Order: sequence, then C-alpha cells, then structure tokens
Amino acid sequence: MRARRWGGAMAVLALLAIWTPVRAQTLVADLSSHLIAITTGFTGTDVVLFGAIDQPGDVAVVIEGPETSQTVRRKDRMAGIWINNETLKFSHVPGFYGVASNKPLDALLPPAVAQRHEIGLDHVRMLPRADVDAATVAEFRAALIRNKQREGLYGTEVGEVVFLGQRLFRTSISFPANVPIGLYTVSVYLIRNQDVVGAQTTPLAVSKIGFSADIFDFAQHNGLAYGLLGVLLAVGAGWLAGSVFRKG
Amino acid sequence: MQIYLPIAEMSVNVFWVLGLGAMVGFLSGLFGVGGGFLMTPLLIFIGVPPAVAVGTQANQLVGAGVSGVMYHWRKRNVDVKLGLVMQAGGIVGTVLGVMLFGMLQRLGHIDLVISLSYVIFLGGISGLMLMESVRALFRGRRKGATRGKLHHHTWLHGLPFKMRFPRSRLYISVLLPVGIGFIGGVLVAIMGIGGGFLLVPAMIYILGMPTTLVAGTSLLQIILTTGVAAVLQAATNHTVDILLAMMLLIGGVLGAQLGSRASGYLKGEQARALLALTVLGVAVKLAVDLVLTPDDLYSITTTAGPK
Repeated sequence: MRARRWGGAMAVLALLAIWTPVRAQTLVADLSSHLIAITTGFTGTDVVLFGAIDQPGDVAVVIEGPETSQTVRRKDRMAGIWINNETLKFSHVPGFYGVASNKPLDALLPPAVAQRHEIGLDHVRMLPRADVDAATVAEFRAALIRNKQREGLYGTEVGEVVFLGQRLFRTSISFPANVPIGLYTVSVYLIRNQDVVGAQTTPLAVSKIGFSADIFDFAQHNGLAYGLLGVLLAVGAGWLAGSVFRKG
Repeated sequence: MQIYLPIAEMSVNVFWVLGLGAMVGFLSGLFGVGGGFLMTPLLIFIGVPPAVAVGTQANQLVGAGVSGVMYHWRKRNVDVKLGLVMQAGGIVGTVLGVMLFGMLQRLGHIDLVISLSYVIFLGGISGLMLMESVRALFRGRRKGATRGKLHHHTWLHGLPFKMRFPRSRLYISVLLPVGIGFIGGVLVAIMGIGGGFLLVPAMIYILGMPTTLVAGTSLLQIILTTGVAAVLQAATNHTVDILLAMMLLIGGVLGAQLGSRASGYLKGEQARALLALTVLGVAVKLAVDLVLTPDDLYSITTTAGPK
C-alpha cells in the first residue's frame, strides 16, 4: 500500500519534472497552516505564506473569505434622530479580504488586469442586488468596504511580500478574533510586464474547534435544548448563590 | 486572560466581563433591581452584537432572579398566585416580543427600537422616580407632612373577571395583572431587561399590592418571563451566549451580595434618588447618541452565508 503511494508520488514528481520546462512561468507557494482553529482561547492568528518563483518577477497575494450577502443601510435624520433609511444589498461579497504584494499595486498592474483577477480593494467583486445608478452603487460599496475595514475583516493597506533573494518570497497574513468561519482561498499571482503570467490557489479553512465549536453547533442545530440548558444552568447558579449566601 | 465567546463571536477578557458583572450586580444589590437596564447597554458598548446582548441578558436574569426569589421566599414575601397570573400575560408578551424582535432585526431597525425603548421607558420612569424621591427627601425634613388616601377607586376597579388574591388581600380584575405581565414580557424580549423598574411601581400603584410582597412577586414573574424569553431567543434567533451569561452571573452574584450589604448604609429615599439618577444617565446617553450625527452614516449586516 505504502509502496504504491510512493510510486504514485514519484510518478507525479516525474510528470512535474517533464512539465516544468513546458510551462515557462512557475510559481510554488504554500501556507504555514491550512487550518485556523478557533478554540476557546482564540484571539486571532497569523498565517505565513511562503513560495518561490523560477525567474525574476513580482508577486501579489489575495486572501478571500467565504462569500456572504451583505445589507448596507444609510441613516438619515428624521424628526431629529438618525434612522436607517436607504438600503442596498450585495451578494457574493467575500467575508474577509486581504491583499499583499512586493510593490505598490498600481505600479504592477493596469486596472483592467487587476479587475479581472480581483487584486486590490478597488476590485473586490460584490454584486449589487438592485438596479440603481452607478454613483449610488459606488457610495454603498465604499461604505461596505469601510465598515468591513473597521471590523478588521478587510485590509486597510496592502500587505508586504518580502523577497529573500531573487526567488524566494514570504508574507504574513493576520486574522483577527472575529474572523468569519468557512473556506478561504489564498491566490498567489506571478506578475511580469504588467500582466499576470502565473497563478496558484491554496485553500485555507477557518473553523471552530473544541469546546467553543461544540457550544456553537449545539446552539445552531438544537436551539431549543440549548436554550433550556442555558436556563437550567442559570437556575442552578442562582440557587447555589442563594443557598451559599443564606446566612449573609 | 482572553476567552472566545462562541455565539457573540468575539474574544473578551474574562476578568473584564467578571468585573462588569460584579459592578452591575453591586448596583442591583444596592438598589434592589435586576440591573438589566445597565447590563444590556454596557454589553453593546463593549462590542457584543445588540441581539446577542439582549438574548444573553435574558438568560443571565433568570439566575439573578432565582437567588433573589429565594431570599424573599424565606421571608414569605411572594404571592405565588398573583405571580402566576401575571405570568400568563408575560408568556404572551414574550412570544410576541421575540417575534417582533426577529422582524425588526430583518428590517434593520432593531438597534433603533432598543435605543428608543430605553430612552422612553428609562427616561420616563427615572424622571418620575427622581421627582418622587426628591419630594420624599424634602418631606422627610419637614415634620407633620400629610399623607394621601391609601386606596383610590378608579375605572381600573370596574374591569370584569375579578379574582381574589388572598395573599395580597386583593380582589381585582385578572386583566390588570395579566396586562402588566404582558408589558413586562415584551420588555424582556426587546430590551433584555427584567422590567422590575416598571413592574414594581405598576404593582404598587395600579394593583395596590402591599409593598412587602412586591419585590418577591415581581422577581418570580421576572424569572418565568426571562426563562421563556431566553429559551425562545435561543431557539429562534440563536442569540444566547451561555459562556457570557455564566461569567456575568458569577460576577453578578458576588457583586449583588456586596451591594445588598452596602444598601444598609443608604436610606430608602437616597437609594431611590441615586437609582433614578443612574437610570436617567443611561437614558440621556442613549438619547444623545440617537441625535448626534454618527461617525459613519452607513452600517452593514450579514444577511446570508457564513457569518
């Protein structure tokens, strides 16, 4: 069994060896970890991405969280108080977005190419769910990005990809404590002459693990029992306190 | 020491939350109120989503209520029959309130409604309490103050479905306690408060209950309503964070013991005036926030997909 698996691996390597010269631009990258575990002590974490390119070039890295729908609301003053008024919904909005590169993005790529690969905050894909004019969409879109930045879920600036020599590069991606759970994609782009000439995508899973995951699953899948348990615990704690402090 | 709250989906400092519980517990022990009106805005202030603050608070209040009722039970200061009748209205109010909460959440107006209810109810009640206690403080200084009539007969006493409540020596229409319980239930569901500050005066002035029985009976009603609210919020809106509730409860219980001991040093009117000022402070803060231009006019909510 093991021998066969090794055989398979060797075959793949051999294939890669043949393949490499054919594909002129190669890029390999990997993450220090493919799983972010949200445990009870989770306060956010860093994941290191490292990789190599075979010929000189520039690198941009894009991290996208699971797709969500977002409702953006604008407050207006009515009768003296601020009330949510105009609303625009967006679908296919990444719940998390970060980008890093070794040079400023506008120096690396023309907007059209950046748009195609969704590289950079200006090019994050989010689809408005109503037919409104472009100015309104732009306004609500900017507000959505601003709010996500405030929550720490969208990067406020382009992260730094550091080259160690000509071939090796690395970057570090920070995830805050409120990082949404789900499947992330980390895309690494190799850029030469104002164009993307190579790309690699690596998955990254963010999930709740252990005690906090058990509580979350219980609450989501069995809300009634969870609610009853919560009340029972509260009654128990209250009763205990009432008895302990009886003499006081 | 940081701990990740699985439902609120945020990381908080354990000692901070315990301290918050203890502080609010101390005030609730000092003034003899549940303290939900302070805790819910404080939780929202430290970043807990409003819906989770309200749901968790309902759960926490059950525990706080139980130890309170045990105290009054030993002194035989609980009118169980009246409490249960109020509860009948309380359940209906809670169910409607939780449904209303979910609906407002979808419409994007829940934060506004929570704030507005706080401003209206807390502002109104504390204003009245403040006037009352200031008058009482002044009356206390003057000798020979006159007392009003003990029992007024109004249209409230003409309502049908009368029932006897021997423990409170009352013969009143069941519509009154049921109605008061109903309002209490709605408040628990929408504002995450026990509603003691509203129930207590209502039971004294509208039902005409003996004041000794009011605290215990209102606590009994609050336990039942908050219990129903906590279960419903957990089942329908998934907004109860047990971990957060337990930490608040531990801090709250200890704080409440200290508070009730400290209350011995305060006179009734002084305590009421201080409570009224605290409540008024919360209401004014929320009212100012509603009127001031927010830092960002736009807000976002995740409506689908993983949160």
